[in-house]
Amino acid sequence: MAPRVGVVVFPGTNCELDAIYALEYFGAEAVTLFHADESIQGVDAVILPGGFAHGDYLRTGAIAQFSPVMESLGRFAQDGGPVVGICNGFQILCESGLLPGALQKNAGLKFLCKSVTLRVETTATPLTNQARVGELLEIPINHFEGNYTCSAETLAALRDEDRVVVRYLENPNGSIDSIAGICNEARNVVGLMPHPERAIESVLGSSDGAVMLQSIVASAVSGPTAASAAGRS
Amino acid sequence: MARYEARIEITHLPGILDPQGVTVERALPSLGYTNVTRVRVGKSIRLEVTAPDEATARSQVVEMCERLLANTVIEAFEIHLAEFAG
Repeated sequence: MAPRVGVVVFPGTNCELDAIYALEYFGAEAVTLFHADESIQGVDAVILPGGFAHGDYLRTGAIAQFSPVMESLGRFAQDGGPVVGICNGFQILCESGLLPGALQKNAGLKFLCKSVTLRVETTATPLTNQARVGELLEIPINHFEGNYTCSAETLAALRDEDRVVVRYLENPNGSIDSIAGICNEARNVVGLMPHPERAIESVLGSSDGAVMLQSIVASAVSGPTAASAAGRS
Repeated sequence: MARYEARIEITHLPGILDPQGVTVERALPSLGYTNVTRVRVGKSIRLEVTAPDEATARSQVVEMCERLLANTVIEAFEIHLAEFAG
């Protein structure tokens, strides 16, 4: 049976169709989860796609963290379920406390929409388990608030525990330590600003995001505990 | 029960880059204001709260700031509370 991957849709989410297309392209069954749903329908993994959830009012992701679906998503993450937040999804994970730190306006106050090169820093996550450490991936970014920041203690923990998942080769937005994506302590929750789901076929300009989508699908196949355990080896 | 107006000022924590403040600070000298420093751009939120006393109202507003209105990873907040007369 195909692994089932949930794609969460808030009012203002606009990248869910890209995520669904990419998941189905790699053999998963995509299950749309609505923000007002209390259940995440027994899916094997979850993607929080990009967009402007709840209009990004107050702050990006600030209102979305209180949506009913986030409560069951929190329990799923707590139990080791693979969760990947892309762009606005990353911002929501930070606001909800599932990931540390915050995303603020890009240094230079420019909305950035271009392709960047990422370096894979760890493969022990649901986003990178099919990649190689040091692999360079060309993936598009599309954000105004992608400037990752956190306390000095958090940054030290992220580095010491190998929790920086991807870094920008050239820092586009002022992110601390060129961080493009991080994971939580248990390594099952990942957030990143770039959009791998928009780079899965060469016709889209790059197919370097394929390995990330394949990783997510693989994490859904192997299940919560296996995903984090296998990733560590 | 009394009604209080809360004026909440949200600013970046010291040490956190404030790109809007920096940009405004760079723009002002071009208008001739060369004597301006430390520009910070934040948010101002006003709300009314009904509570038995000022201490209760204040502690509720603090809680609202910590849970929603501010992101304490990057933002600081300041609360000014005033009771409505009559």
